[in-house]
Amino acid sequence: MTDSGPIVSVEEIHKYYDLGETRVHALRGVSLAVERGGFVAIMGSSGSGKSTLMNILGCLDKPTAGRYLLDGVDVAGLEKRQLAGIRNQKLGFVFQGFNLLPRTTALENTQLPTLYSRIDRHSRTQRARDALELVGLGERMDHFPSQLSGGQQQRVAIARALVNRPTLLLADEPTGNLDSHTSVEIMDVFQGLNERGLTIILVTHEHDIAQFAKRVVVFRDGRIRKDEQVANPLRASEVLKTLPTLED
Amino acid sequence: MDSLALLGSSVWALLRNKLRSVLTVLGITIGIAAVICVVAIGKAGQARVEQQLNNLGDNFVWIEAGGRAVNGIRTGTHGTKSLTLADAIAIRTQIPLIKSVSPNVDGSVQVIYGNQNWYTHYRGVSPEFFDIKSWPVDSGAIFTNDDVESSANVCVIGQTVRTQLFGVRDPIGKVIRAGGLPCKVIATLEPKGISMEGRDQDDTILMPYTTVMKKIKGNNWLDDVLCSAVSQDVVKMAGQQAAALLRDRHHLRPEEPDDFNIRNPEDVIEAQIAASHTLALLLIAIASISLVVGGIGIMNVMLVSVTERTREIGVRVAVGATEEAIRFQFLGESVMLSFVGGAAGVLVGFVGSFFIGRALNWPMVMSFEAVVLAVFFSLAVGVFFGYYPARKASSLDPIEALRYE
Repeated sequence: MTDSGPIVSVEEIHKYYDLGETRVHALRGVSLAVERGGFVAIMGSSGSGKSTLMNILGCLDKPTAGRYLLDGVDVAGLEKRQLAGIRNQKLGFVFQGFNLLPRTTALENTQLPTLYSRIDRHSRTQRARDALELVGLGERMDHFPSQLSGGQQQRVAIARALVNRPTLLLADEPTGNLDSHTSVEIMDVFQGLNERGLTIILVTHEHDIAQFAKRVVVFRDGRIRKDEQVANPLRASEVLKTLPTLED
Repeated sequence: MDSLALLGSSVWALLRNKLRSVLTVLGITIGIAAVICVVAIGKAGQARVEQQLNNLGDNFVWIEAGGRAVNGIRTGTHGTKSLTLADAIAIRTQIPLIKSVSPNVDGSVQVIYGNQNWYTHYRGVSPEFFDIKSWPVDSGAIFTNDDVESSANVCVIGQTVRTQLFGVRDPIGKVIRAGGLPCKVIATLEPKGISMEGRDQDDTILMPYTTVMKKIKGNNWLDDVLCSAVSQDVVKMAGQQAAALLRDRHHLRPEEPDDFNIRNPEDVIEAQIAASHTLALLLIAIASISLVVGGIGIMNVMLVSVTERTREIGVRVAVGATEEAIRFQFLGESVMLSFVGGAAGVLVGFVGSFFIGRALNWPMVMSFEAVVLAVFFSLAVGVFFGYYPARKASSLDPIEALRYE
C-alpha cells in the first residue's frame, strides 16, 4: 500500500482457456504499469485480449501465469472473499450495457456497492447523492433507469462505480452503446474524475474516444503492440462546444 | 454486508412479480393449512375420547368379583361370594393410594310408578359412588351414610328412568316400587350418555347398598368394589395393591388364580386415544406431502428467477458481493416466500378448522404448537428448497453472468 508505486502493475501475465481439445491463448505475456492518476485507454480488435485483461484487472478472473499487483497487493494469492472486498473497496466498474437494476431508482442503483461494505445507512445515502451530483444527475435521483436516457443511465453507472471511493476505475467500452455526442459527454465526466486524481483504465475500440485519454495501449493477439503517451489529449469539454447540440 | 438492506432487495424482487410470488406461495399455504386443519380435527377427536375417559370416573379403579372353578366347572365373572363389605372397608383403610371406595351390588328390576313401568338396572352403592364416577346430581340430594346405616328406602334415578316413569313431571319425593319395594325418589342425576360398551348409563336407579343387599337381593356379598385412586398416575399401582390385599384376605395360595378381577376400562379408552393419535399422524404425514410439493414449486420459481437475473447477479458480484451475500439474498427470497405462505396457511387453516368444527359440531381447539410447528416447517422448507437455487446463483461466473443476454 505504498503511495508512490504504480496502482496497477502486471508482469508477464498469461491467460489461456482450455476448450476441450483446443487451448485458447488470450494473453501471451502482458506487462503493464499504470501510475497513480493515470488515464489509460486500451484499444484492440475483438479477440485481442483486452477484455480478458480487464477481467483480470477487475479481479473477476485470475491469470494463468504472471503477477498482478493492485495498489501494492499481490492479488493472485487472495481468496474469493478477499477479492470481493477489493472489488468493493478499491475498484469501480463501468460496463458497456450500463447494467443498472431495473425498476430501481438511480439513487438505489448507486447505493448497490455500499450494501456490501460497512457503511451506515445515513452516510450510504449521502455518498450516493454526492456521487450522483458529481456526474451531474443530482436532479434525477428518483428516476428509474427506464426513465433515463442512455447517457444518463451510464452516468448512474459511473456514480455507482464511484460510491465506495475506489482507487481505480475500470470502464469496459463505456461509450459502446451511446451516440457520439453522448460519448463525448461521458468522456468529459471521466476527464473530470481523472483531474480529481482518480486512476482510470478504459477499454474501447473507437479511436476518437481513446484520444481523450492520457495514454493509449494497443493490443493485438494477446500482446501489447503499442504503448504511448498521448501528446495532447483532447479536452472533452472543448470538443462538446464544437459539436452541434442535439435535440433531447 | 448489510443484511437488512439485502433482505429489502429480496422483498422488492418478490413484489416485482406479485402474481408469480402469490402462485408460488399457494403450495405452501395449502400444505400448512391442511396440516393445521388436520391437527385441529385430531385434537378435537382426542378431546372427545378424553372426555369419555373423564366420564368413566375420578381415577377409577374397578374391582369385580371373579369366577371360580368347582370340580372343574367354572363360573363366569360375579360367580364368587368371596368379595365382601369387609374387603371394601379393608381396601379403603389399608391402601393409602385409594381415597374413596363404594361397594356395588347390582341387578335388574321392574320399576313401577303409577300406571308406568320400566325394566331397568339397579345398583346398591354408598354415597361415595357419585364422586367416584364423577356423576353430578341434576335435582334433589343424594342419600347419606345415615340412609346407608338405616337401609332407607330411598333411590336416585338416572335420566332415562326418569323420562320413562315420570315424563315431564317432577319425580322428587314420589314413591316408586322397585321389585315390590316402595322407594322414595330423592334425587335425579345428570345425563352421562352411552358408555364405552354402548350401554345407556342413564338407564339405572341407585340405592344404598344396604337396602339392596337386605331388601332386594338378599345377598351378603358384593358384586364389585368401585374405588378412586388419589391420582391418575397411581391408578394401576392402586389396583395392584388392592389385588395383593384381596389375595391375602381371601387366603389364596400362590398357585391359585384370583377370585376377583381388576378391570381397566381406561386401557380401552387409552387404546382409542392411541389409535386416533396414529390416525392424526398419518393425516399430518399426508398433508406434509403438499408442503414438499409447495417447496418444489418454490425451488422451481427460484431457479427461474436466478436465470432471469443472471446479469443482476453479475453486477452484484462485480461491485463486491461475496458468494455468501448472493446466497443470503436468494435464500432470503425463498424463505420469505415460504414464510408468507406459511403465515397465510395458518390463517386459512384457522378459518378452515373453525368451519369444519361448526359442521361436525366438535369443539375445535386451536393449538399454539401447531402454529409454531407450521412456522418452523415453512421456514425449513424455504431454506431446504431455496438452498440449491441460491447456491447456483452464488456460484455463477461473474464474467459469464455480465455477458448473459
